[in-house]
Amino acid sequence: MSNELIKGGAFLISQSNAEDVFTPEDFDQTHKMIDSMSRDFVHDKVLPRTDEIEAMEEGVIVNLLKEAGELGLLGVDIPEKYGGEDGDKISTLIVTENLSLNGSFATAFGAHTGIGTLPIVLFGNEEQKAKYLPGLASGEKIAAYALTEPEAGSDALNCKTRAMLSECGNYYILNGAKQYITNASWAHVIVTYAKIDNEKFTAFIVDGDSPGVSIDPEEKKMGLKGSSTCSVIFEDAKIPVENVLWEIGKGHQVAFNILNIGRFKLGAGCAGAGKYVLANAVDYALQRQQFKMPIAKFGLIKGKVADMAILNYVMESMLYRTGGLIEDLLSSLDLEGEGAGKKIADGIQEYAIECSINKIFCSEAFDFIADEGVQIYGGYGYSMEYPMERAYRDSRINRIFEGTNEINRLIIPATLMRKAMKGEIALIQAAQKLQEDLMMPMMPELSGEVLEEQENLIENMKKVFLMVSGTAVQKFGEAIQKEQEILGRMADMAILVFAAESAYLRAKKIVQQKDETAAELAIKMTECFVAEAVPKFDLWGKEVLAAMEEGDTRRTMLSALRKLTRFEPINLYERKRYIAKEMYEAKKYFVLK
Amino acid sequence: MKTFVCIKRVPDTSEAEVKVDATGKEVDSSRFSFDINDADNYAVEEAILIKEAKEGTVQVICLGPKDADVMIRMALAKGGDSAIRVEDPRIFAKDPLQVAKVLAATIKQEGDFDLVLTGCMSADNWNMAVGVALAEELGVPHAAMVNKVEVLDGKVKVNRELEGGLSEVLEVSLPAVLTIQTGINEPRYAPIRGIRAAQKKELKVLGLDDLGVAEDEVSEANSLIELMQMYVPELESKAEIIEGEPEEKAEIMAQKLVKGGLL
Ligand SMILES: Cc1cc2nc3c(=O)[nH]c(=O)nc-3n(C[C@H](O)[C@H](O)[C@H](O)COP(=O)(O)OP(=O)(O)OC[C@H]3O[C@@H](n4cnc5c(N)ncnc54)[C@H](O)[C@@H]3O)c2cc1C
Ligand SMILES: Cc1cc2nc3c(=O)[nH]c(=O)nc-3n(C[C@H](O)[C@H](O)[C@H](O)COP(=O)(O)OP(=O)(O)OC[C@H]3O[C@@H](n4cnc5c(N)ncnc54)[C@H](O)[C@@H]3O)c2cc1C
Repeated sequence: MSNELIKGGAFLISQSNAEDVFTPEDFDQTHKMIDSMSRDFVHDKVLPRTDEIEAMEEGVIVNLLKEAGELGLLGVDIPEKYGGEDGDKISTLIVTENLSLNGSFATAFGAHTGIGTLPIVLFGNEEQKAKYLPGLASGEKIAAYALTEPEAGSDALNCKTRAMLSECGNYYILNGAKQYITNASWAHVIVTYAKIDNEKFTAFIVDGDSPGVSIDPEEKKMGLKGSSTCSVIFEDAKIPVENVLWEIGKGHQVAFNILNIGRFKLGAGCAGAGKYVLANAVDYALQRQQFKMPIAKFGLIKGKVADMAILNYVMESMLYRTGGLIEDLLSSLDLEGEGAGKKIADGIQEYAIECSINKIFCSEAFDFIADEGVQIYGGYGYSMEYPMERAYRDSRINRIFEGTNEINRLIIPATLMRKAMKGEIALIQAAQKLQEDLMMPMMPELSGEVLEEQENLIENMKKVFLMVSGTAVQKFGEAIQKEQEILGRMADMAILVFAAESAYLRAKKIVQQKDETAAELAIKMTECFVAEAVPKFDLWGKEVLAAMEEGDTRRTMLSALRKLTRFEPINLYERKRYIAKEMYEAKKYFVLK
Repeated sequence: MKTFVCIKRVPDTSEAEVKVDATGKEVDSSRFSFDINDADNYAVEEAILIKEAKEGTVQVICLGPKDADVMIRMALAKGGDSAIRVEDPRIFAKDPLQVAKVLAATIKQEGDFDLVLTGCMSADNWNMAVGVALAEELGVPHAAMVNKVEVLDGKVKVNRELEGGLSEVLEVSLPAVLTIQTGINEPRYAPIRGIRAAQKKELKVLGLDDLGVAEDEVSEANSLIELMQMYVPELESKAEIIEGEPEEKAEIMAQKLVKGGLL
């Protein structure tokens, strides 16, 4: 491991080393035990109660959360001092993955441990932490997070809820309505936001039973039918002044920081659920006979199974890589004393780009997986008697909450450019150097080492990203904000670079730690993923360049693009058949042979 | 109470297709995930329940590879105090008598004991023999297939499940070996705090030389059994279609069932 911390977003302009990425193959004994325990808990306790959960039977989710709390599963991110487990971010990912096999339970768990509890962990003062965290860790208290309002969704700062200091000076009086609030009907603690004196956007901790707080009836939703989603109404709600969370007027710091972690954890939830869908689909495909044989034997089904497996592999690779980055940064900080929470939040903010990438990639990958899951089940996939129908409905929300995927796509280039302006990453220099590089002939020397072609292609993908982004920034300057289509493509490229590189680095690390035989699946999945990613860069590159440049410049750039995205096609079908065969034999997703 | 509990790491054969490897004598286990043998998990829980009720210690013993450490520490995370893992390539672990000899030597080395719990059988080998043989090696009484344990003064009262739902109640004087049935209790999950504490508990790794057991006592060469072959039987299915009116069909079917001894 190199000692220097890797900067957020730096993967786009520099080469990363396999030794520096954390992978699931690096789990230590504690990780493996937490993995095994949390998986057993969900399979034994949560999944058998799916029907009751979906019917919103009273107390089921709340009691399951309490049982999870007794095992420490709600307290991974909470310091030991406040009844938590003080776990690392890898443990957070493991627990989140495993607890997300049922979407409704996952959402209740995610809103409680993530956006509900973390604002207090990271931004609460000593008294607030001592008062609230032990109950939240044990599951005796359930938390909700109420940011969204009817007129303030993506535009969260357009908050209409107002807070006024009471005459006695002991309370803030809140008036307003929050909408689509997970866990609302059973929450004891609600973290919310209001503008003090019409301007100072501020976070509050609200006890669910405070006078003036009421909860509307359940929203009728497409999916997550067992989770609670209601409006929370504040009508002259009396909130003690000591329940102001963080500083007055600094609510946005709380709100935006929490979303970074929320996004990263949402990615983990999608990964856990994706693997579960794949295992079910494989099992079904092996049993379902049509045309006198299991449908698993058909090439088109094998292709689906392989595609699902590859996406699961890529999700895991990027999530644990990101977890490792955050963990390295957090362990470099001095986290004693009052300001620790803010330091953690800032630390995670460093990887805001990676967090958004995880959110987008994993929510879209899981949507694809659930969709193909339905398809493999055929008509049974459309029936509520079988698990795919619910997985398909439940998956859809992930692209909407915790910042829609559009908003997250905008965050990626915006954050990158801000970091470049501040000189935190040498984006501009990299773009300039690229101009020179493009003049040189591009024939890398290949030594025949495994995956070196993929490595080379990934470096070329970064160059396409730099070429397109550099041109766009030069052309539009500040006005690029108005070119959302271009920004969206920049984000798409950044996402695929991170995804492909994470897959590649993990495969390479397995080769280094074990050998090529052990890494065979990882290698083949990486080869497939890269082979399908590169042509997208060609397409997207052309699309963006055609919108920006004309004449000779355009021709020169298109020719550079062609060179960068040229590659020798590989036999995808053979590889995917192999990947599917392996999944069939294991009857589940796995990587290490 | 000083209790030992013996646990084994076994593959989850329900998960993937079972295949025999090229030697014809081993199961190809590359696709399986491994975990504690089901019955042993209940034995661990029973040992911890006894410790919680009567105080004392629980020591975990496992004959198995390094990969078993996760499972061993899980038993420690639930409340076990310390563990010994025996690993030595010279041990012929397919012979339950050899395994019992190794476990007995390990327990004896730790001094006196009150109770040894094992699972009633292992999910992979189905010998149901190690626990009973271990009692013989230790020179103490045993009860097999136990589904209830009550610790009394100097003895335990146990229930055994017999054929046809019959129950047998025995009193066994201590020290003793009990082989535990699944379902005797509800095994707990190890809380994260226990998992972290378990990393600091002692886990000794010993070989035959540490135990003072001679190789020829437990080696394959000296085993009285020899594994000849393992194979997955080919599936055969024969269907006979009975023709005729419903009543005739029922008549023929009934005759066939009677003739086949099925009715
Ligand atoms: C089941 C469920 C649970 C939820 N749980 C919670 C919770 O616990 N707490 C909470 O606070 N909220 C919660 N939400 C609310 C959720 O976070 C919001 O729905 C989400 O942020 C989107 O806001 P909106 O619905 O107002 O959509 P809008 O913001 O109106 O967006 C509509 C569309 O416009 C796009 N769009 C918006 N702005 C831009 C822009 N600048 N550029 C380009 N496109 C744009 C969006 O991407 C989207 O496609 C939940 C929602 C649901 C459905
Ligand atoms: C709402 C609804 C309404 C319906 N209405 C009617 C109706 O009115 N009348 C009626 O008769 N039926 C109806 N159906 C049944 C519907 O036509 C079948 O579900 C459909 O034909 C698929 O068959 P299956 O469900 O058995 O899936 P399967 O045939 O088992 O297919 C499962 C998967 O295997 C794939 N597969 C199967 N064979 C092959 C192959 N040889 N090569 C490659 N892939 C293969 C399929 O494409 C699919 O992905 C309805 C179903 C639903 C859900």
